[in-house]
Amino acid sequence: MQLKSTAALLAASLAMMFAGAGIAGPREDQLAQYAKAAKAANPAFSGFSAERGKTLHTQNFGGGKPDTPACTACHGKDTRAGGRTPAGKAIDPMAVSATPSRYTEPAKVEKWFKRNCNEVLGRECSAQEKGDWLTFMSGQ
Amino acid sequence: MNIPYRPLALGLLVLGFSALVFGRAQAGGRHYFAPVNNPVVKEECGSCHLAFAPSMLPAGSWQRMMANLKDHFGDDASVDPKTAAIITDYLVANAADKGGLRYSDKLLRGVSAANAPLRITELPKWTREHRKVPDWEWKHKDVRTKANCTACHADAALGYYDE
Repeated sequence: MQLKSTAALLAASLAMMFAGAGIAGPREDQLAQYAKAAKAANPAFSGFSAERGKTLHTQNFGGGKPDTPACTACHGKDTRAGGRTPAGKAIDPMAVSATPSRYTEPAKVEKWFKRNCNEVLGRECSAQEKGDWLTFMSGQ
Repeated sequence: MNIPYRPLALGLLVLGFSALVFGRAQAGGRHYFAPVNNPVVKEECGSCHLAFAPSMLPAGSWQRMMANLKDHFGDDASVDPKTAAIITDYLVANAADKGGLRYSDKLLRGVSAANAPLRITELPKWTREHRKVPDWEWKHKDVRTKANCTACHADAALGYYDE
């Protein structure tokens, strides 16, 4: 019994170490890439902001499609709850805390930024916007 | 003796239900359109809408659709060329007009292969089958679009499209 609980504790702390310590996973790598690009585009860039990411996520833009004025039009207002596509398919929550597998495939992240920024903003998102948004969702 | 009637009855009910469903599946099912079983196609075609069964449109339609993903019913659904090739091959290989598909043959009645329709929901057979669905049901907040098969056909993702 004693041994079992010790083993469980050990496993838990190990898991926490890997999850929390920011050991560069694909998400961190991608953020670093975005940071590099953001710095190149704007020398004054001084890091991503979850607050700006939140604004990006919730703001109404006029540039995209009328039925998708904001990210939240499909993803919903609560980042930890699911959303729904216009074609009726369920979307898993965007918050990393609710869907831990999110943003672990860089190509997939890029694919959806490209599609969805065009749909909502009517243009592609900048590296800084992507980084802000990803930072926001990673902390959610 | 204390016989647990309720659990027993419940168990029997579950058993009966499973037998019903299983029996139907064994009989070849009704209105069956094999669901997509290719992981790439499932991911790429199934993130915005149900990955529609390839056996619901003729090969010509799939080719026409895949040639213009930039304007996919108003959305940009473009994928890289390699992925597009995988998807097209799969859809064409399993298309409705490949022959020997009972429900596909029925669904394609009155469709000329030459005009390669893009919307399953505009096939004559589809329209006929859904003519009794009232307008308000299509507009219901849980339906909203005719592309949302699973809203009414609970087992659509498994390939079954009964009422």
